[in-house]
Amino acid sequence: MDSSQLSTLQLLIIALAPLFGAVMAGFFGKQIGRSGAHAVTILGVAVSCALSCQVLYQLYTGQADPFNQNIYTFYQIGNYSAHIGFMIDNLTAMMMVVVTFVSLLVHVYTIGYMEEDPGYQRFFSYISLFTFSMLMLVMSNNFLQLFFGWEAVGLVSYLLIGFWYKRPTAIFANLKAFLVNRVGDFGFLLGIAAILYSYGSLDYAEVFTRLSVSAQAAFTYIPQWHPTVFGHTFNLLDAHSTTVITFICICLFIGAMGKSAQVPLHVWLPDSMEGPTPISALIHAATMVTAGIFMVARMSPMFELSETALQFVLFIGATTAFFTGLMGIVQNDIKRVVAYSTLSQLGYMTVALGVSAYSGAVFHLMTHAFFKALLFLAAGSVIIGMHHEQDMRKMGGLKKYMPITYWTSLIGTLALTGFPFLSGYYSKDMIIEATHLATEGGSWINQYAYWSVLLGVFITSFYSFRLFYLTFHGEERFRDNEHAHAEIAHNEHKQDDHAHETHAHDEHAGDDGHHHGPHVPHESPLVVTLPLILLAIPSVIVGFLTIGPMLFGEFFSGAITVNGEHQWFAKIAEEFGGVDGIALHVGLHFYAAPAFWLAFSGFALATYIYLFNIDVAKKCQKIFALPIRVLENKYGMDDLWIKGFAGGGIALGKTVAKYVDAKIIDGFFVDGTAMLIDRTAGLVRQIQSGRLYIYAFAMILGLIALLALLIRNLAL
Amino acid sequence: MIGLNHYLLLGAVLFCLSIAGIIINRKNVIVLLMCIELMLLAVNVNFIAFSRFNAEVSGQVFVFFILTVAAAEAAIGLAILVTLFRNRRTINVAEMDSLKG
Repeated sequence: MDSSQLSTLQLLIIALAPLFGAVMAGFFGKQIGRSGAHAVTILGVAVSCALSCQVLYQLYTGQADPFNQNIYTFYQIGNYSAHIGFMIDNLTAMMMVVVTFVSLLVHVYTIGYMEEDPGYQRFFSYISLFTFSMLMLVMSNNFLQLFFGWEAVGLVSYLLIGFWYKRPTAIFANLKAFLVNRVGDFGFLLGIAAILYSYGSLDYAEVFTRLSVSAQAAFTYIPQWHPTVFGHTFNLLDAHSTTVITFICICLFIGAMGKSAQVPLHVWLPDSMEGPTPISALIHAATMVTAGIFMVARMSPMFELSETALQFVLFIGATTAFFTGLMGIVQNDIKRVVAYSTLSQLGYMTVALGVSAYSGAVFHLMTHAFFKALLFLAAGSVIIGMHHEQDMRKMGGLKKYMPITYWTSLIGTLALTGFPFLSGYYSKDMIIEATHLATEGGSWINQYAYWSVLLGVFITSFYSFRLFYLTFHGEERFRDNEHAHAEIAHNEHKQDDHAHETHAHDEHAGDDGHHHGPHVPHESPLVVTLPLILLAIPSVIVGFLTIGPMLFGEFFSGAITVNGEHQWFAKIAEEFGGVDGIALHVGLHFYAAPAFWLAFSGFALATYIYLFNIDVAKKCQKIFALPIRVLENKYGMDDLWIKGFAGGGIALGKTVAKYVDAKIIDGFFVDGTAMLIDRTAGLVRQIQSGRLYIYAFAMILGLIALLALLIRNLAL
Repeated sequence: MIGLNHYLLLGAVLFCLSIAGIIINRKNVIVLLMCIELMLLAVNVNFIAFSRFNAEVSGQVFVFFILTVAAAEAAIGLAILVTLFRNRRTINVAEMDSLKG
């Protein structure tokens, strides 16, 4: 097979087709109408998805070499020039396929979910814009474009969380998401600046070569800086070269913490559930939040050089994986449970990054994108069925009303909890195995991470099945409080007159809004169930099919760099006796892994409590009142951010406004200047008497003086 | 014998008188105009004197110009004065201070 270049045109079409759709739906939404809006955006994303698949196929089969080329020069300043370019290797291609595939299904799903929303075209425009931004992020070949994509997805996320902009809670949530992300982005920007300062370039390939050269040649590329303070000369940058790398890596990772919602910057993700459910699936579960994971995997050559940074990553990831999972147990909002589950799974990915199992992280990213999008869309389908009721305590027994949603949710839940042979089993188990191997000779952080991810499995399984049973099994609690529900719904309806309640009109024809009779849940229309089915398929098989090449094969060679002693997957492959048929071997070895039994016990406990003996749950609520309060208060994290940082910021601002601004700036500088000029003018204006003879006298005096001067000069 | 110095002295005295008139006078705008005329005449005396003693005729030509200009100036000045009086009902110099800062 002769390998050739990927076509630039093809890559450009992949990136720009969704943008075209977004522009059409956004600016010409009225002209093209609702069906026009969804047709043009779906077409754009479908083109993108098809071409991405082709790119992946070409790269995987070796028909094309990895692509790395600048396409357009943005600007040039001195030695630095900013380009727009694409770097397409297996990692990028896989991300492109995941992003466009999930995005395509979410587009289709949205037709059903947003059916009656007045912001229909706007919504399609936003999600297409998101797809474009995300593609720019993953396809970039330099940090500047990465940052552009990074900020653009943040912007779209902001717009979509606050999509129902008349809800105060949505506005609060989108502001919170934006501000918390700013904290992360600040670190990210610092990291990028440090890279430019240290390596003189923002191009990935260039930075990585300089990295390895400098690693050997004692970092000759790092500018020397010896500031002299009070006679002492400091060596800030040359001696401890790993310090620089560590600084850069930690800064970049702080960016990833914001975007990928790691503790303590995770607070925005649960609140982002205020946005419409398709968005929660696409942006806040499957793709955007994994941007941080992708970025760290992309920067693997850099992170591999700094053990400290990796330990930091590991610690944050382990904390996120375990503690956010716990919070999922006490939530009653169906979407929030899934949101905390997402946080926890992102923690798993970060743990994998921390132990240098980048391919494991990316593998989990991919499988998670499928099954978490599935779970979110299924939750959305339940929400449609329940007429926009999100409280699980008011659901129950939906199995017989929503069979397709039920079965696809079951697949998603099993995949998430790690049922053998499903995709989540492979990816999560491999992360746990890698973390386990890393504990040998590792620090206490490695131990902590191992126990966190291991116990996390139990928690994941418990809250997942809790959600599942509360929603689909048990008694039909929605019948109990019809009246109350109608009132709540009515009030909600008053608060925001967006018709985001999507009713199936064939069942409630003639009913106006919420004032109809008994709430019989109904299965969602085909545009909603079809994406569920299409996501259920990869949730089942993708792990089995791709674990071989992705973790144990050469799929990521060239895209991800791992140091020799961190090759955990090679060791795992040895344990299983070679790479051939490893998917089957790993799958059949489920009984040997503690993770499986933990997941099983979580499942058993949830089954006992929520399926057979719901009273236990009420008793437990009394016994564990204190820890539950702690969990419901989110460990005080929200308070820390809102009251501590935001409140502190406001208090500081008020103090500064009162004293510095009012007294010093206004009082001294602004008013003081005016007063000085006023007083000086008051003195000077006495000269301007308006009397002719005084002017004449002054003229004569002046003339005499000038003449005296002239004559003196002539005399000399 | 009356020499050049006497003429120059006369010119200087006239000039100083007219300046003093401008500065000291606080009543009447007409006096101001007259003082300006006197100033020009003082200059004329100097011109004539130099012309005579240097045997140079151009000085006298200058004097004709100055006289013409002075006449024109007096005419315009008086016209302004009339308008001024019409508008303000006074020609008192001390009261003309609308440009006071």
